[in-house]
Amino acid sequence: MSNELHDLLGKGWKKQPFIKRAWLRWSIYAGFVAYLVAAFATIEVNWARVYEGLDRGAAFVMAFTRPDFVSRAGDIWTGMAESIVMTVAASVVGIAISIPIGLGAARNIAPLPVYLICRGIVAISRALQEIIVAILLVAIFGFGPLAGFLTLSFATIGFLSKLLAEDIESMDRAQAEAIRASGARWMQWINYGVQPQVMPRLIGLSMYRLDINFRESAILGLVGAGGIGATLNTAFDRYEYDTAAAILILIIVIVMALEYLSGVIRARVQ
Amino acid sequence: MLRLEGLTKTYKTGDQALKDIDLEVPKGQVMALIGPSGAGKSTLIRCINRLVEPTSGKVLLDGTDIARLPSGPLRRARREMGMIFQEYALVERLTVMENVLSGRLGYVGFWRSFTRRYQQADVDEAFRLLDRVGLLAMADKRADELSGGQRQRVGICRALIQNPKLLLVDEPTASLDPKTSRQIMRLICELCAERGLAAIINIHDVALAQRFVSRVVGLRLGEIAFDGAPDGLTPEVLTSIYGEEDWEATIEKVDDPEEDIEAAE
Repeated sequence: MSNELHDLLGKGWKKQPFIKRAWLRWSIYAGFVAYLVAAFATIEVNWARVYEGLDRGAAFVMAFTRPDFVSRAGDIWTGMAESIVMTVAASVVGIAISIPIGLGAARNIAPLPVYLICRGIVAISRALQEIIVAILLVAIFGFGPLAGFLTLSFATIGFLSKLLAEDIESMDRAQAEAIRASGARWMQWINYGVQPQVMPRLIGLSMYRLDINFRESAILGLVGAGGIGATLNTAFDRYEYDTAAAILILIIVIVMALEYLSGVIRARVQ
Repeated sequence: MLRLEGLTKTYKTGDQALKDIDLEVPKGQVMALIGPSGAGKSTLIRCINRLVEPTSGKVLLDGTDIARLPSGPLRRARREMGMIFQEYALVERLTVMENVLSGRLGYVGFWRSFTRRYQQADVDEAFRLLDRVGLLAMADKRADELSGGQRQRVGICRALIQNPKLLLVDEPTASLDPKTSRQIMRLICELCAERGLAAIINIHDVALAQRFVSRVVGLRLGEIAFDGAPDGLTPEVLTSIYGEEDWEATIEKVDDPEEDIEAAE
């Protein structure tokens, strides 16, 4: 028996800690706890204001028990139709633009200059929050669904291109290599070697984005970019919580329906 | 037909995978390339169809230097070289037929391949090849539904439908059981004989190589350490390729009765 082994036998074994130096490990833990305590200490709660607000909150919640779909039915349907058109149009346009950008943003298939440009577009699109883009576009194009449509298209590009590019980067190289070895052109190589590998994820992500775009369309109305959000905003302004509740219920139902639909589609395309 | 002159590959990391390789493969010859992992076998065959860019040297296929070709002519040159892969490298979510027909991509335009409307002659040839390897019934199955041996047969069809002059075969049996390995090797060698194809077969299994090929080249650290007939692989030669080991059990006896039993199946 070697000496090394002899020293180890009967000693017990524990997994090595991730941070090897004990003093560093413990000071990080201590620092984290101190930060947490300090952070909670800075939260100021005005309990009197909360008490007053409880009534309003209760009115809001109670409205859900008697949602009013009827008295503003016209506004609701117009807003809903506008939102759906905005969502579908923005998703289709956004996805169509995302695919070439996603291909360009994948390091394993795009040359460096193309890669940098496409990654730049993705970074800009992701850095600008939807609301900020919407405010800017409302200022340019005026109130209405056009600004919302453009905002959602722009946001879709950042989201979908990035995730598509990452899926392409993690694809199986051998399958793509085999297609290249046959003398295929670039487009054929993408169509046969790459597309089949990333298609299920692309479809899944597109469905997910459709869902996000619909929910976002409800928010964008608050800054004047049209859709159901505008109707919702008006209902809140008039303290018509029952109408607001009806709108929220409709949004929830549609989002859940989309969620169910995307589950079914994703299971089918595996 | 294929001649390598001074072929050298140095990777960016500084690893010299191939050192000044000279090699000639005449028409119709099936050659096995053996050697330890990292000896440069994979790099060598990938330099021939330029899936890996050679650093220097010439790759002459019927007198054309493939190493110097720009991308258009390179695509046309790749049609002349069918490749068969380790782990099959079929596109798993495509059907068997799509995988076989993808071997025609170098010949057909984008639109035709995109809509999957291949010429009748190509479709007929795909069916003929699938029938030859016994997979006609699987034509519309998805590639990932097949077993390993079946997938490799599809891989063989994909390479052959290119109507190549040369087959580049990278570890065709590495993930197959011993019996399927022999069947696949036999199939590749038979098809090469039927069509007068030359082939370079990278293979780890020395005994399997000896059984089926007419010439063996041993690669060690990017250099040719042996080149000759399979029965020239003595324990001394294997030691010079792989390093010290007891080789007696590895080297095939010439008359193996099992061979005849399988051939009769």
